Amino acid sequence: MREISYAEAIREALSEEMRRDDSIVFLGEDIGVYGGAFGVSKGMYAEFGGERVRNTPISETAIVGCGVGAAMVGLRPVVEIMFSDFLAVAMDQVVNQAAKARYQFGGQFKVPLVIRTPSGSGTGAAEQHSQSLEAWFVHTPGMKVIAPSTPADAKGLLKTAIRDDNPVLFLEQKLLYRVKGEVPDGDYTIPFGKAACRREGRDITLITYGRMVARCLEAADSVKVEGIEAEVLDLRSLAPMDKEAIVSSAKKCGRVLIVHEACLTGGVGAEIAAIVADSEAFFHLDAPIRRCCGSDSPVPYNRTLEESIVPGIPLIADAIRSLCR
Amino acid sequence: MGIPKEKLEELYLKMAQTRRFEETAARLFTEGKVHGTAHFCIGEEATGVGVCSALAAEDLIAQTHRGHNQAIGKGMKIDRMMAEFLGKESGYCHGRGGCMHIADYGSGSLGANGIVGGGIPIAVGAAFALHYRKVDAITVCFFGDGAANEGAFHEALNLASVWKLPILFVCVNNYYAMSTPLGEHMNIEDISLRAGSYGIRGQSMDGNDVVSVYEAALEAKDYVKKNGPMLLVLNTYRIAGHSKSDPQNYRTKEEVESWKGRDPIQNTRSRFIAEGSFTAAELDALDARAAGDVARAVEYAEASPEPDVSEALRDIFAETK
Repeated sequence: MREISYAEAIREALSEEMRRDDSIVFLGEDIGVYGGAFGVSKGMYAEFGGERVRNTPISETAIVGCGVGAAMVGLRPVVEIMFSDFLAVAMDQVVNQAAKARYQFGGQFKVPLVIRTPSGSGTGAAEQHSQSLEAWFVHTPGMKVIAPSTPADAKGLLKTAIRDDNPVLFLEQKLLYRVKGEVPDGDYTIPFGKAACRREGRDITLITYGRMVARCLEAADSVKVEGIEAEVLDLRSLAPMDKEAIVSSAKKCGRVLIVHEACLTGGVGAEIAAIVADSEAFFHLDAPIRRCCGSDSPVPYNRTLEESIVPGIPLIADAIRSLCR
Repeated sequence: MGIPKEKLEELYLKMAQTRRFEETAARLFTEGKVHGTAHFCIGEEATGVGVCSALAAEDLIAQTHRGHNQAIGKGMKIDRMMAEFLGKESGYCHGRGGCMHIADYGSGSLGANGIVGGGIPIAVGAAFALHYRKVDAITVCFFGDGAANEGAFHEALNLASVWKLPILFVCVNNYYAMSTPLGEHMNIEDISLRAGSYGIRGQSMDGNDVVSVYEAALEAKDYVKKNGPMLLVLNTYRIAGHSKSDPQNYRTKEEVESWKGRDPIQNTRSRFIAEGSFTAAELDALDARAAGDVARAVEYAEASPEPDVSEALRDIFAETK
């Protein structure tokens, strides 16, 4: 199968969908001739023109709000927020408007809006361009939250997001943009709420998503020589979340390690731990449920400091060992 | 000025219905029949009624939380509004939103917004959709003087301007952002001056004269279709308190009384009689009709069932087909 990058897979999904459906419009800062801050929309302005690939002012509230309004009256907007941190600028439109419009108006409106945005640290972009804010939105009923870890998933999940009739926050992992992987040609979708088992195991389940999937796989490989077979479950979709896959893998392996880049306290990992603790899997546990997550810290600029606050492969491997001891 | 008598009648009736609706809603509050809140536009009726009466069915509006006049002006049904106010399943939002979020897409309403200024970017998005689909219609976005200080106002007017979208921004200036007077919350007296900084046309006028507001809105609609956005500021006054819990300690009784002398409904009545377009008896009949409509709406709402708690989680998400 051909290999393309995560960024190319996203562009392919968006372009194929725009060719298929003229109600899809694409709005954002510098997405036109410039091609987007991370190059995701390279060439799209030339193909679709300025009417459908619309450069906006630097106005995150207006970008998201415009997407909400256009979605309410029948378009299917995809908006790009240059860094997920900037969602804080547009928070009212995301939380109070997009996520509420259907419910508060008694089901009169659909809001088929996709908010695409790069998430995560690792680029030296410091405190205001490196956060992993998914927990805010998982905690907002009315939002769907997606975090793909491979190019193939990015394509299939983005197509599902665009075809979904609800607001979807599509958290692209900025360190994965250039990572290549096998991506099927043509049209396919991946359903929301279905985790992917990336590595089968029997001793411990690593539950993770986004760019931590690759680190968990490496950590799992590194403990294999010690006789530990770790399963790696990639959630892909954080809201809705595949509780069934979480519970059944936890039940099978009896040990659970949750890994995410976002800071520990109040993070999605706490919810995952609660799902396991509150299920029949609890009675199969041989060790406490543990989280290996980002430190409760802003993301620093310095490369060494920055890396020190996210879970590294040795840290994950050590956590696996301590649970399997 | 060539406005058909039926249109003048519509303007008067919709204002009378709005006033009666709110006075009745206030009474229901004191009778303890209401769980929640509402924001009344008593004194401001001419703004929403005048503007919305100039719109076609396919034109869209984004309302404020103080927008019973906008809702009735755009043709929403009083009985379903009252049912929503009482939180009933037969209300426009099935009791999920209340008056602060009243909406009827069928009437061209994108809903009232509980966040001051929150609806402005949404209205721009709706106008973008009309433009993109080449629909011959406009979006009207209502907001207050307080909202003109929100960042969303600035971002939305700028975006609508650079994209030349068919949107009429209507600022209902009642001179108070909740309790804070205009002179304390902005350093200009004429809010329409802000239009210039976005490169769009601005106009400020008496918002208590329903006929002038209607005429200005007709002209503005035409302008917006041809030229893109415009900011129309309607200067008016909220005779009612901000909400049910308003202690009214931020303004004098004299000030409120002086604005009562400029009551848009009384003024319209006097003018119609003086001009000979209506007799007092004809207007009395319209008042009686408004009263009857509202009384029937209360009966309808009170007789309507409560939402079923088993459906509290309905409509959080749309079912994707």
